[in-house]
Amino acid sequence: MAGAASWSFNESDFKQIQTHLQAFLRDSNARCALLVDRNGQLVATVGETPQFDPTAFASLTAADFSANDQLAKMIGEAEFASLVHQGERESMYLADVAKRVILVVLFDQRATLGLVKLKAKGVVGELNKVFAEMFNRVGTGQAQQKGLLEGAEDEIDKLFG
Amino acid sequence: MSMINYASREINCKLVYYGPGLGGKTTNLEHIYGKVSPNTRGKMISLATETERTLFFDFLPVDLGTIRGFKTRFHLYTVPGQVYYNASRKLILKGVDGIVFVADSQIERMEANVESMQNLYDNMAEYGYDLTKIPFAIQYNKRDLPNAAPIKDLQASLNPGWPIEEAARQKPTPDPAHPGESLVDKVDGEWVGHAPYHEAVAVRGDGVFDTLKAVSKLVLKTLS
Repeated sequence: MAGAASWSFNESDFKQIQTHLQAFLRDSNARCALLVDRNGQLVATVGETPQFDPTAFASLTAADFSANDQLAKMIGEAEFASLVHQGERESMYLADVAKRVILVVLFDQRATLGLVKLKAKGVVGELNKVFAEMFNRVGTGQAQQKGLLEGAEDEIDKLFG
Repeated sequence: MSMINYASREINCKLVYYGPGLGGKTTNLEHIYGKVSPNTRGKMISLATETERTLFFDFLPVDLGTIRGFKTRFHLYTVPGQVYYNASRKLILKGVDGIVFVADSQIERMEANVESMQNLYDNMAEYGYDLTKIPFAIQYNKRDLPNAAPIKDLQASLNPGWPIEEAARQKPTPDPAHPGESLVDKVDGEWVGHAPYHEAVAVRGDGVFDTLKAVSKLVLKTLS
């Protein structure tokens, strides 16, 4: 596709991501961690199942992060690599992963912002490595995608009547 | 930038409805939201001003069906049409897989349409995307109004055609939606392509699904 590089991840990537995030949740006492791609698509959810619509949440997260990115540039910063939204009971911590994905951590009074930030730094480092590997495979990844719907023209036509 | 999740067997694609202010982008999404079964769509999110003008975007996820065992999930976004919201508009285009340009057919809005189309080309170019190479459809909305410009004039201003350079696409391609018209044709010895277009009255829902289906199909075909 012109201009836009697609990406995909497989079961083993998913398992690695889950393992890192589960360890992070245990260490930080946070409730839930979500990974959202910068275009607003939910990649993974680990921990307590959120009570909200995760798809809508993901699109708003991406918009929030992108808007803040632009604000950073306006004040002469290259980026805000992390953001905090603190509520009375529930809070969110957002951090950039590999410039393509956003880690969103949901936590309540059982966790402290300091601990979440500290532990998030570690898990972001681990996730950066996982994603760097995934993006390095981009050649094979794209080949996989190209083949995915190959020969499915009839099925596509049928879907749209 | 479509995202394929092999773990949950989903193909996620992003469609953006672009166009001048008050042209009917949000109305398109509202109609889709109202018509699609709640099982196959998510919640519609609107970041709008107090006067219901889009401030940042509207968002609606819809599942269009299953292909090869993969759920095809489309994330529909609108952008704010008003000229001064360009910074927000540009952000929404990031990673787009397909675009619907919703033009306002009223003669008085011709200039606003052209300005918005130019803005779309410019914003896409800043991301390094080429509008003539990605799935793109035009919807001429508000066809029921007495001051609607003729389609011929709208096409001449907004969809005049661009040169087709790839040899594979240099073949006469009839427009399936308009018998007798073509999407790719030879004009004065040069191959020229046009975006597919649809006429619509979005408030009544006319043409809304035709446009959505046309552009979604183009997006899925880029993966085949």
